[in-house]
Amino acid sequence: MDCAPWSDPPVTYVPATVTRSAKIVVAGGFGVGKTTLIGSVSEVKPLRMEEPITQASAGVDDLRGTPHKTTTTVAMDFGRIHMAGGSLALYLFGLPGQARFQPLWEDLAEGALGCLVLADTRDLDASHDALGLLDSGGIPYAVAINTFPDAPGYPEAELREALALDPYTPLTTCDARDRTSSLHALITLTEYLTEHRSAAVLETPR
Amino acid sequence: MTGPRRDPDMVRPYVRTGGKIRARDDVRLESVLIAASGPTDSLGPDPRRVMRLFTGTVGGLAVADIAAALELPPSTVRILVSSLMDSGHLTSPVAASDHQPESDLLQEVLRGLRSLV
Repeated sequence: MDCAPWSDPPVTYVPATVTRSAKIVVAGGFGVGKTTLIGSVSEVKPLRMEEPITQASAGVDDLRGTPHKTTTTVAMDFGRIHMAGGSLALYLFGLPGQARFQPLWEDLAEGALGCLVLADTRDLDASHDALGLLDSGGIPYAVAINTFPDAPGYPEAELREALALDPYTPLTTCDARDRTSSLHALITLTEYLTEHRSAAVLETPR
Repeated sequence: MTGPRRDPDMVRPYVRTGGKIRARDDVRLESVLIAASGPTDSLGPDPRRVMRLFTGTVGGLAVADIAAALELPPSTVRILVSSLMDSGHLTSPVAASDHQPESDLLQEVLRGLRSLV
């Protein structure tokens, strides 16, 4: 049994003024800049948590009739911004976008205001799994192209087509290393969420 | 099964949580908890580790903060925290905002983000 009662926890406590919290998910493929973006905007040192998941290996036939299972550890980084006079804590969680993590998503993305999908123009296909998870989970999202210096730029229409985005889904660009640029991407998402919410209310049959 | 058996950290969540296998619906990754009261000496090792984080502070911690600090899976911490809320050891900072419509929360997040740029 591991026990480390004397070590200080590597956490920054939530100020006693905080009475509410909210969550935004930052999703995307491996190496797309999720952790960088979270680190740029977080007011506390980003932390990491790890969830072991057991899953059947896909696409492998097992002659004994028992599916082979493997255990993977999924690492998730997160940060926090305090707002509304210190009464509200906004948590930002980086969730890996691979389709095989769907059970994890159902558990961890539940209750999220929405999701910012980060994409890299050098590997747009890596975003498809995340977009599929969001579509099937009914989680509203915006897409931000992380402008890596050596990544090619494309016209918006081409990007929308490559990512198969609905016409109303916001598509923006950001430099995940830059705080202001990352905040603007989150603002784009949140503006969309407020519109999305009012549209959803209007559509609700009485 | 050889891999998991060799790893002492691979204890099934329901063993760590004393048999409780489901988290409360209102206990999410971002849910902030503060210490309430109650003796902790009857608690198991993992719940006691959680409560130790709250010793000597008036500040709170979200489920995710606890998972990171104790290096426990967030799914396990959700269940541990649910038990500790049921037993009165942990509580939410305030319940007064429960009836506020969600659009207010979104508007507040939007205002908050705009104020930072």
